[in-house]
Amino acid sequence: MSRRPLFVVSCLAFGYAFLYLPIASMVVFSFNASQLVTVWDSAHSPTLHWFAALFQDQEMLGAAWISLKVGLINATGATILGTLAGYGLARFEKFRGRFTLNAMTTAPLVMPEVITGLSLLLMFVALDQSIGWPAGRGVGTMIMAHMTFSMAYVTVVVRSRMATFDRSLEEAAMDLGARPVKVFFVITLPIVLPAILAGWLLAFTLSWDDLVISSFTSGPSSSTLPMVVFSKVRLGVSPEINALATLTIGTVALLVTGASLWIARRDAARTVATG
Amino acid sequence: MRLPARALVVALPYLWLLLFFAVPFLIVLKISLSDVELAIPPYKPLLTWTAQHVLQIRLDLQNYGFLFTDHLYIDAFLNSIRVALVSTVICLLIGYPMAYGIARARAKTRNVLLLLVVLPFWTSQLLRVYAWIGLFKANGVINAILLHLGLIRAPLTMLFTPFAMYVGIVYSYLPFVILPLYANLEKMDWQLVEAALDLGCRPWQAFLKVTLPLSRNGILAASMLVFIPAVGEYVIPTLLGGPNALMIGRILWDEFFANRDWPVASAVAIVMLLLLVPFMMWYQRLQAREAGAGS
Amino acid sequence: MGGNEDRVAGTAPWNDPEARPYVELVRVSKSFGDFKAVDDVSLKIYRGEIFCLLGASGCGKTTLLRMLGGFETPSTGRILIDGVDVTDVPPYERPVNMMFQSYALFPHFNVEQNVAFGLKQDRVPKAEIRERVAAMLDLVKLGDYAKRRVSQLSGGQRQRVALARALVKQPKLLLLDEPLGALDKKLREHTQFELIGLQEKLGVTFLVVTHDQEEAMTLASRIAVMDHGEIVQAGTPAEIYEFPVSRFVADFIGSVNIFEGQLIEDEPEYVRIASEEFGGTIFVNHGISSPPGAAVWAAVRPEKIGMTLAPPAGTDNVARGVVEEIAYLGDQSIYLVRLPGGKRVRVTQPNVSRHAESIGRDQEVHLSFDPSSPVVLTR
Repeated sequence: MSRRPLFVVSCLAFGYAFLYLPIASMVVFSFNASQLVTVWDSAHSPTLHWFAALFQDQEMLGAAWISLKVGLINATGATILGTLAGYGLARFEKFRGRFTLNAMTTAPLVMPEVITGLSLLLMFVALDQSIGWPAGRGVGTMIMAHMTFSMAYVTVVVRSRMATFDRSLEEAAMDLGARPVKVFFVITLPIVLPAILAGWLLAFTLSWDDLVISSFTSGPSSSTLPMVVFSKVRLGVSPEINALATLTIGTVALLVTGASLWIARRDAARTVATG
Repeated sequence: MRLPARALVVALPYLWLLLFFAVPFLIVLKISLSDVELAIPPYKPLLTWTAQHVLQIRLDLQNYGFLFTDHLYIDAFLNSIRVALVSTVICLLIGYPMAYGIARARAKTRNVLLLLVVLPFWTSQLLRVYAWIGLFKANGVINAILLHLGLIRAPLTMLFTPFAMYVGIVYSYLPFVILPLYANLEKMDWQLVEAALDLGCRPWQAFLKVTLPLSRNGILAASMLVFIPAVGEYVIPTLLGGPNALMIGRILWDEFFANRDWPVASAVAIVMLLLLVPFMMWYQRLQAREAGAGS
Repeated sequence: MGGNEDRVAGTAPWNDPEARPYVELVRVSKSFGDFKAVDDVSLKIYRGEIFCLLGASGCGKTTLLRMLGGFETPSTGRILIDGVDVTDVPPYERPVNMMFQSYALFPHFNVEQNVAFGLKQDRVPKAEIRERVAAMLDLVKLGDYAKRRVSQLSGGQRQRVALARALVKQPKLLLLDEPLGALDKKLREHTQFELIGLQEKLGVTFLVVTHDQEEAMTLASRIAVMDHGEIVQAGTPAEIYEFPVSRFVADFIGSVNIFEGQLIEDEPEYVRIASEEFGGTIFVNHGISSPPGAAVWAAVRPEKIGMTLAPPAGTDNVARGVVEEIAYLGDQSIYLVRLPGGKRVRVTQPNVSRHAESIGRDQEVHLSFDPSSPVVLTR
């Protein structure tokens, strides 16, 4: 069936080269000894110098710690809210506010970040002025802001998983004597758990990478890693950032490849059985 | 499930989004109608009690008037739309053949190809944009290679040009085009194409008359995923487009952070929102239709 | 014909007014908005029956089944099982189990865990669960598959796991939703008889929903034919096949030739019908009660029509026609015979002899049937 015209193959080749050449160049130069990012110092390279520098940079480490905190709390909160919303939207065909909830979980996916960031900040300021909470900006406001946009992504993931969920599984469990709450925890939750975990990871990544919304909603001493990176990058290219990029890409590659290998193995087991 | 349990499930995310997503827009609207002031926060209240205990409302449309008289803002809006539009088209031109190629590949290859698209999707956009600085700089990788090959004599100016900005936007948003297009093409019944070939279509005719129209929803959804956020893009124009890149997202940022003019920044946000809301509603309708077609 | 009902304890309890029904539906209706899915259905099912609800998709049979399972609540009417009103009892407290059309096997459990699930909910002691699950798996011939994951099973094996899972709880009533629908034809025939054997061994009352009339005929002690939310006829397979009450039932079960006509003679022992479509009179040796001149229909099954080259004796129940099509099916052949009035009659003849039959296409033939063969229908 697959007859692949030359045109399509060359598009794929070009596309992947386009996607990966910049990433590859960052990785290569992260091992370069020269301070000049693009001049390869073959006498002293490859070196782990910039990785060492990265781990001695107190500003970066502090920012990474804040990012981690924000990311973890955000991911957990967003997963809870997004799972509830995704479950509700997939399961309850009609309820008051369905249209609004649907709109409010779709819009953040495409909303320009500057708008979300600005409106959240103005909201926090207005709340602070009128009820005194949240007092000032910092990690707390950032977490609330991140949860707001990342829960929309969790909603999408959970909702599409729920849409393909065979409801007769729940009916079968009930038919065999399990009460609704037990059905949810013993049948529904374990089956959709991979989607919820994927949603958690996505929410964490979104938060970990976010620059614009964090810039609007953070306080004076709560700069996240992307904010520090951004201020460094604006001043020019820094080999430390290359090292950071290499670490990030390495981690993502490891996780994503691991996850898809696991899924592929699971699917293979299924096709062997049915085929 | 009984009704109260249902209500509880939806109420929490509903109230959260209402408070932190919907209501903030009203506050932005309110502040866009107030005057700037040297204070914390830097705007005058809309509602004040006068000495005679009369509620006084001061609506100020001046901020909007400002937007439509100063060429800077109009140009920035028009330029943002043009940049977003052109980027969307380029993304589709590169992304569609890729999504098509992935969808028609054998199962094993397909998984690897898909993985290679997802990987950048999970990697920080900031870092990926940063990579292009190293490539585009006067003493960057591209210039070094071209000089080495003798194709040019003096380094080309690429960084801080519209070209660099377009490359950055297309690069950042490409995965957002490929993934929905792939999802759409993967569901395609390829026997329809075979039927068209059987009935006398040449391959390119079958593509134009069958594959392309049937992937319309995927194309539109992918376009929205690029166009809407690209209009308000801030990071890429700043890092790659340089000081002259006139994009509305940057204007908003600068009005807010550099000029501390919150009312004008809010007015910019409101105008941008009004411009983009129809597209967002369209996107939502597409999503609903895709979900309906799936089940 | 008519061996199925012997399986039920005692003979034909539905004919005994003293017999106590095991499952009883009393004037049950179910509406979804303006749509009446089930319309005033009353039904009595007796202990040990295999009762089939038969109908096309959308006729309300699945809704009826789901009401018995407790997944839908009747809009009006009551449901009694073994004398207890269960109308408002939730599914997890009903003495009823269901085998789902999709089987609904839990993908994150293995075979054994799937079968044990229901017993665990009832807090049966562990040792007993192990024993009963093992016995049930042996019964459905899956003893060696206890530790397999569901995804590693074939379609037929999944069907048996679903059956075992529902039966292990020893329900008073087992509901089966298109139990053989997902299997291919060969496996289906084999499984039909396995299902009957299992039911006889365990004595559980079965209620089967199916759209496949052949399946219903094979399995059922009794069949209820449903249409537009109503039960149009309930009876043994033989009753339904030989004495359909309406054109819909006659046409739905098997194939039939229906001739429209007017009653010209209506006596207690016989009727005579003038049918333009048939091109003559139809004589039926049992009476009906309709006024003369009323429009009626005579239904004759294809296998009950004789076909000869020589004209038969008599003037009633005979017609002349031309063979238009012949379909050779191996065990029998189907002939489409065109009558002078244009009506096409379906006739089946067993291929008793191995040699090529003497009747060919375009040949003129004579059709005839016995006065006991037609059924006179008034609707």
